[in-house]
Amino acid sequence: MSCEPWQCAEIAATKKANPIQKPEIAVAMIKKASRPLLIVGSNATQRWLEGKQLIDYIIDLANASKVPVVATAHMVGEFIKREYQPAAFMNAMDIAQRIVDPQWQGIDGKGHPDLVMFVGLPYYMEALILSGIKHFAPDQKTMTLDNLYHPHASWSFPNATLEEWASNLRVMTSKFVEGGQ
Amino acid sequence: MTSKNVHVKIGEMKTNNGLIKNLELSIGKLVDDNWTEPMGPTPMPHISTLRDWDMKLLNKYKPFYMPDCDLCCLCTYGKCDLTAGKRGACGLDIGAQSSRIVLIACSIGAATHTAHARHVVDHLIEKYGRKFPLDVGGLNVKVEAPVTRLVTGIKPETLGDLDEVLTYCETQITHCLSAAHTGQEGNNLDFESKAFHAGRIDQVGMEVADIAQISTLNFPKADPEAPLIRMGIGSVDRTKPTIMCIGHNVVPSVGIIDYMRDSNLADKMEVVGLCCTAFDNTRYYDRAKIVGPISWQLKFVRAGFADVVVIDEQCVRTDIFAEAEKVKAAVIAASEKSCMGFKNRTNDPADQIVDDLVSGRVPGVLILDPEKVGEVAVKTAVKIAPIRKKLNALPTLEQVKEIAKTCRQCNLCQRSCPQDLSISRALKAAAEGDITLLANLYEECIGCGRCEEACPQKIMVHSLIVKCGEKALLSEDNLCRSGRGAISDVEIRSVGGPIVLGEIPGILAVVGCANYPHGGKDVYDICREFASRRYIVVTSGCSAMSAGSYRNEEGKTLYEEFPGGFEAGGVLNVGSCVANSHIAGAAIKVANIFAKRNLRGNYEEIADYIHNRLGAVGLAWGAYSQKAASIAAGFWSLGVPVLVGPHGSKYRRMLLGRSDKPENWEVLDARTGEKVNAGPAPEHLFQTVETPQEAMVQIAKLCIRPNDTWKGRAGKLSHYIDLHKRHYGTMPPDIHMFVRTEADIPITMKDEIGAILKAKGWKESLIPDPTLLPRMVRKTKE
Repeated sequence: MSCEPWQCAEIAATKKANPIQKPEIAVAMIKKASRPLLIVGSNATQRWLEGKQLIDYIIDLANASKVPVVATAHMVGEFIKREYQPAAFMNAMDIAQRIVDPQWQGIDGKGHPDLVMFVGLPYYMEALILSGIKHFAPDQKTMTLDNLYHPHASWSFPNATLEEWASNLRVMTSKFVEGGQ
Repeated sequence: MTSKNVHVKIGEMKTNNGLIKNLELSIGKLVDDNWTEPMGPTPMPHISTLRDWDMKLLNKYKPFYMPDCDLCCLCTYGKCDLTAGKRGACGLDIGAQSSRIVLIACSIGAATHTAHARHVVDHLIEKYGRKFPLDVGGLNVKVEAPVTRLVTGIKPETLGDLDEVLTYCETQITHCLSAAHTGQEGNNLDFESKAFHAGRIDQVGMEVADIAQISTLNFPKADPEAPLIRMGIGSVDRTKPTIMCIGHNVVPSVGIIDYMRDSNLADKMEVVGLCCTAFDNTRYYDRAKIVGPISWQLKFVRAGFADVVVIDEQCVRTDIFAEAEKVKAAVIAASEKSCMGFKNRTNDPADQIVDDLVSGRVPGVLILDPEKVGEVAVKTAVKIAPIRKKLNALPTLEQVKEIAKTCRQCNLCQRSCPQDLSISRALKAAAEGDITLLANLYEECIGCGRCEEACPQKIMVHSLIVKCGEKALLSEDNLCRSGRGAISDVEIRSVGGPIVLGEIPGILAVVGCANYPHGGKDVYDICREFASRRYIVVTSGCSAMSAGSYRNEEGKTLYEEFPGGFEAGGVLNVGSCVANSHIAGAAIKVANIFAKRNLRGNYEEIADYIHNRLGAVGLAWGAYSQKAASIAAGFWSLGVPVLVGPHGSKYRRMLLGRSDKPENWEVLDARTGEKVNAGPAPEHLFQTVETPQEAMVQIAKLCIRPNDTWKGRAGKLSHYIDLHKRHYGTMPPDIHMFVRTEADIPITMKDEIGAILKAKGWKESLIPDPTLLPRMVRKTKE
């Protein structure tokens, strides 16, 4: 798996994401976080992994890990159709702007998230948002659960096939089921 | 308006007070006009004149930066790493650097439109004289140049007056750009304010260009019934010699059309256009045809339809000469801004140039005389067409499959594609004999050609996509309304009240390019949705083409289905890029004609009026250019929100309100001076949306304004709620922020919303006479 930015013209950042070589590492980091947050973009219904939509993997992961989900674009409706209620839904820029605000107290008003995860936004859009957070909230930890390497995140999975991606998400879910949140 | 340089010289003069000898007095300009409207506070604003107004907006809608690059490489101190708060050698941090990039983009955009206007105005003055009167709509349009009046305080009456206006614009753009030099501006909000200024100037430059060409070239004049134009390659008679004009500046095309008509060749050849030149050609000559938006130029050139390609300026592919050469089409560069390396043949005999082009001795020429462009283009097309007919520009389907077999599946094509399209997968399928996926890419591809540049096997991916989509390409035959130009004063009088009171739920301006996968269909769907909901839908530029590129269940395009007037449920195309100024102009005219606010040099007051009362929102679904940035900046400074589609995030800076911070939403009640929380209306000034569904919901929400009457607010909320429920499957979570009194609640939703309000602890609030300007308060608090 490669740690080159997925889109070739995406300039490698001076400060690059640490690669997540195994899904267990991502699970450990999520478990270590006290206020993790998962932001899910519109590709959640566009990406099919081994016959199943990305959103279904995310619901499994969210249910197992109990990590609150923020749905962007019109994804909330897709979650509700699948009988999963996200903790919040808002525009991707809106949630990103809140994340860089140190005064923001999270979607539940109880504290700023200490780990923000992204999955399923258009690649370039997610890259730009991660860049915004990296520059303007340098202490904020970010992680991507996509199969495309994002240099602006704190941690990112390397570029991977759809099969590897599906496997990573399944393993993550199973680790939470086994060990609890 | 007349103005002149005044120079007085007195050799010797005796007065009661003494003797004056050798007195010389120079006055730069002496303005003599008969416009009785009093001059407002900010005529011809400098780069900091409207800074206070800009800061009001920028504090309400804070910039959210998403740097595309961690570095600055603009001077030889650098590259400087600005990551996470580091400052560069010049002292700038990443916030200031990001806003500097915004300023540079907006300055480039404003310079481009203004230089376009300069060329058009100078050419038309040379042809028609400085005293040629401006006429953009006869007696129906007395406010002929609302943006110019507002910004400069000048009421232009002749072509010569526009020259004066442009001189002002050119000065301001120079100042804006100079502020981006190393060691000038250092604060991000000040960079942003200057970007807003560039946007204001851009609107003036665009207006000047369009009213000059409308007045002299007899374009449709504020005409809701502007002709319906055939659009798409399917509408072109490909047996005839074809000239394809690409760009934005109509002047060379006028030369072509005039020569063709004078030579009685109008029935024997086709003049087609791409992008805004296409529109302006049709405004001049309604038998000209539009083949499509700018983003598809590679597709159209590759497909080999054009015998002669004439490029003028802006958004032209800079490798167009190489692409045209591949299909043996002759190229004429007709603008000194895009010479493309061709030899300047302006002073050579036309027939000699034609011979050189037809024989292939030269692939292209530069001709800076529009009349000679016309003669050479027409003669060349007639002679070269029979030769080119034997040419197979695209590979055959069998060749496509063979070429696809050379793909190594390295995936660099997809990784280079700005839209991350699954090209390798489509090539693999084609290699196995199934071209369906390549054909599907035809609708998604935005025609940049980056896949080919990346391919180590040198596969002409785009050509393969075009070949597989050829059936769709050849069947494109739709109708687009030609650009109507300005909105008439009469139309403004009819709808001004209903708009300001909120009874017409909003004005949606769909502008710029739609070069996004399925972008054309998205634009069509969005326009149709809001026209059906009785919003006023205004289109321009390539989005206007996209809006006309699809048909309803009865086979009608949008322009046939909906009226072309500025009215509830109207879908009107104002015209080319420079016609975007008429959209801002319409907003300004509502304040002037309906609300009787003075325009003259009165920017803040009019912008404050528009921001708080006019439910207008811009949508640039697939915008890509610096011009789009400056057009948007012109709307931001008027307080009009702009949405961009997903790849608009690459503009790298949003202007976002925070609905969760009530203190951001206070306005002054002009009746009393009391501060009133008017809610997040509009919530943002510049925002990226991810999907067309999200765009529709946001558009409905962004049309809400503090000034809405209860009836207007109830109507707007019903659209917002309806779209939200349809696309998000649930009630909007922020509905309580938009209900001021119970009368605001849509009548069919009283119970549902009443329960939400109760749960949120909602309290009734005042409907203010809203303003952000303390000086507009009529009675201060005692």
